[in-house]
Amino acid sequence: MNEVVLTPKEQPYVPIETSTIKPDDFANKSIDEIKDLEVWYGNTSSKIGDFFDVEGESGPTPAETNILIDGDVYNTKRIGQGMTDGKITVNGNVNMYVGAEMEGGIITVNGNADSWAGQDMRGGELIINGNARDYVGSSYRGDWRGMTGGIITIKGNAQNEVAEYMLGGKLIIQGDVRHMPGVHMNGGLLVIEGNVISRPGGEMKNGTIVIKGIVSEFLPGFEYHGIEKDLNIQGESIKGSFYKFKGDFSEKGPDGTVYVAVAGNNHIVP
Amino acid sequence: MEYIIKNGNVYDPLNKIDGEKVDISIKDGKIVDSVSADAKEIDASGQIVMPGGIDPHTHIAGAKVNVGRLIRPEDSKKDTEFSKPDSGKRAGTGFSVPSTFMTGYRYAQMGYTTAMEAAMPPLLARHTHEEFHATPILDHAAFTLLGNNWFIMQYLKEGDIDKAATYASWIIKATKGYAIKIVNPGGTEAWGWGGNVHGIDDPTPYFDITGGEIIRGLAEVNEMLRLPHSIHLHCNDLGHPGNYETTLASLDLPKGIKVDPVTGSRKTSVHATHIQYHSYGGTNWRDFVSEAPTIADYVNKNDHITIDIGQVTLDETTTMTADGPMEYDIHTLNGLKWANCDIELETGSGIVPFIYSPKAPVPSVQWAIGLELFLLVDDASKVCMTTDSPNGGPFTRYPRVFSWLMSNKAREDMLENKVHKWAEKRTSLATIDREYSFYDIAQISRSSPAVVLGLSDTKGHLGVGADADIAIHNFNIDNQDPSADYGAIESSFQRSSYVFKDGKIVVQDGEVTIPNHHGRTFWVDSLYNAELEKQVVSEVENVFKQYYSVNFENYPVQDEYVLKPAPINGIKEAGK
Ligand SMILES: [Zn+2]
Repeated sequence: MNEVVLTPKEQPYVPIETSTIKPDDFANKSIDEIKDLEVWYGNTSSKIGDFFDVEGESGPTPAETNILIDGDVYNTKRIGQGMTDGKITVNGNVNMYVGAEMEGGIITVNGNADSWAGQDMRGGELIINGNARDYVGSSYRGDWRGMTGGIITIKGNAQNEVAEYMLGGKLIIQGDVRHMPGVHMNGGLLVIEGNVISRPGGEMKNGTIVIKGIVSEFLPGFEYHGIEKDLNIQGESIKGSFYKFKGDFSEKGPDGTVYVAVAGNNHIVP
Repeated sequence: MEYIIKNGNVYDPLNKIDGEKVDISIKDGKIVDSVSADAKEIDASGQIVMPGGIDPHTHIAGAKVNVGRLIRPEDSKKDTEFSKPDSGKRAGTGFSVPSTFMTGYRYAQMGYTTAMEAAMPPLLARHTHEEFHATPILDHAAFTLLGNNWFIMQYLKEGDIDKAATYASWIIKATKGYAIKIVNPGGTEAWGWGGNVHGIDDPTPYFDITGGEIIRGLAEVNEMLRLPHSIHLHCNDLGHPGNYETTLASLDLPKGIKVDPVTGSRKTSVHATHIQYHSYGGTNWRDFVSEAPTIADYVNKNDHITIDIGQVTLDETTTMTADGPMEYDIHTLNGLKWANCDIELETGSGIVPFIYSPKAPVPSVQWAIGLELFLLVDDASKVCMTTDSPNGGPFTRYPRVFSWLMSNKAREDMLENKVHKWAEKRTSLATIDREYSFYDIAQISRSSPAVVLGLSDTKGHLGVGADADIAIHNFNIDNQDPSADYGAIESSFQRSSYVFKDGKIVVQDGEVTIPNHHGRTFWVDSLYNAELEKQVVSEVENVFKQYYSVNFENYPVQDEYVLKPAPINGIKEAGK
């Protein structure tokens, strides 16, 4: 396994867009060729070498190529977009769209991520060890066909409309979220281990949401189905007692499921 | 600048040129008899030369097109263009509803130089013209929607055909419109009341007038005004199984009306648009069958009618029409997002994304019905190429449709390997082996639309005096067989080797070379009866004060909106 190390120079004021930072683009290239790969700086075509010192050696295939971004890249977008294999590790924060459209491989962010992490994800694994903002594991804007596969884990908190239009795969948020997690969800599994401010599963048609913390405000479009213990969903075993709801009946013939921990949530049960 | 195009195989149906090698001389934007020795020579050996393409029915400008763009960012993502600031080329996005600039570029790349916006609500005419302003290269015009207009319905109901004609001539002039467009007559008005009408004898609420009365009335008005184009009719019951009977009854209504337009050589009294959507048999989607042979037979036997097809291309696209209730039906059918618009006293509209999956039975039958109509109507001068873009599919698929028409093998490949078996079982497509020639293609995409639009003096042909709008496509008829090499048809029409617009090379090797060339706006400037017009306009002003959301003064399209006006001088005081 070979590793290419990108050490960020000063982050630019205008965010850069770097979907070329992925093993698929780096594999089988010399360091000079990697430095020459295109990134967008605002509306200007630039090069990776303009924003990073590049060292190490790439592998012959994406699977054999690790990329380490050794530093904070808070103004760098689209890291690993569309990657199919290999690994990316970021020792710092990232901007929007990390791991968007990714199909395979592993991205680990040892920091926080901005919005749209894992948007339209197809496969692979995305781990954010800090917090993430809005639309984690969402669809592309306007599309009703979102994330179909892969696993996203957020170790910290996320914000609004996570798993929007999710169709498959898993999204696990170990901290809290804000409004409307799983909005328009149509498949897959969303686990929120912390608290939810409001409206989980709004207009969901299918898929499963499990909430272990407290839901402050729940929607009226769900039907109560009693208490269930120790869940097993998509190979994920989740211990505890949960209120089970089906919905959202604001949609035609919905088959979505929301489990909410019994502890602390008796205010949402009819 | 002078050019001479040499050695190409020319297809120019209006001048009866069928693949012969004829030199085409160009000077000052026009086709001329001869040019000087300084003329730049374009060698078109091994290529085909046609007049620039003309789209008689597309949706490229105005409010509903723009709403389509707004509600579909995920469509924008599917086709994008970077800007090239030094050449003036603008960035653009959109597959089924491209942005304005990209609309101009994409049409031009295919050799199309004229396109007609098929549905302009008078109230939104300014917006439509603003978008034309930002749509480069193409000559264009917009059809003014009148089939659900309160004034028209009122005057026709009162039997005052003179007032209806006066209003029509005034509103076309005021909106800088080109033709009378009728969409689901009475039905869109009924949608304002939450309903629809069914067939041509179902009266619309309040006005108590039927679709049939509106069609016949406006067909008479059209010929009283001697407009260049006939009425442009989107029949009632679009997209409903069993609607072919409504279609046949509607097409019979304008029969026998005397036709004598001020310009051009049109002899027909009705243009039935996207007729594919109106050729359905059966009673529901389960027993849905094609009635294309019945409709084609009617078209073959009658000379007062032309059609365009509205071919389904089996893509994910965006449906948009002034047929508001029909769009609501689509939304309930596919469950996808829906935008709806009520345009005050005039019309309505709806927009819904649609996935015509080749694996699904109904879209496969719709695909086959379109091709049946193309192939079963014997005389290609009655047929125009459209997909009702973007409704049946985006206009960028025209080259693919050409390949289906020109190659039986292409259709067999679709039937055997790509589409649902209903395409074979519920239609007659598999039994048809006719193949279009390049001459036929030149008719449906050039000469037929030019004639029916009344533009054949300067458009749709390559004779002396025509506008020098010319497309050159890389297909060698001496050693390529379109029937076998249907992939080459598609690629050669997708990216023209040269396109001339007004005598300038606007596309070369498939790339736009003059991105900021501006096309002309055709519109009809007529006056039916000055005295009556004063009276009608004052009635309109009164209604404005009561019901409209804008002031009357903010309604007509001022001259400033039209960058390159090309008014057609219509009748003057014919109704006096
Ligand atoms: Zn249309």
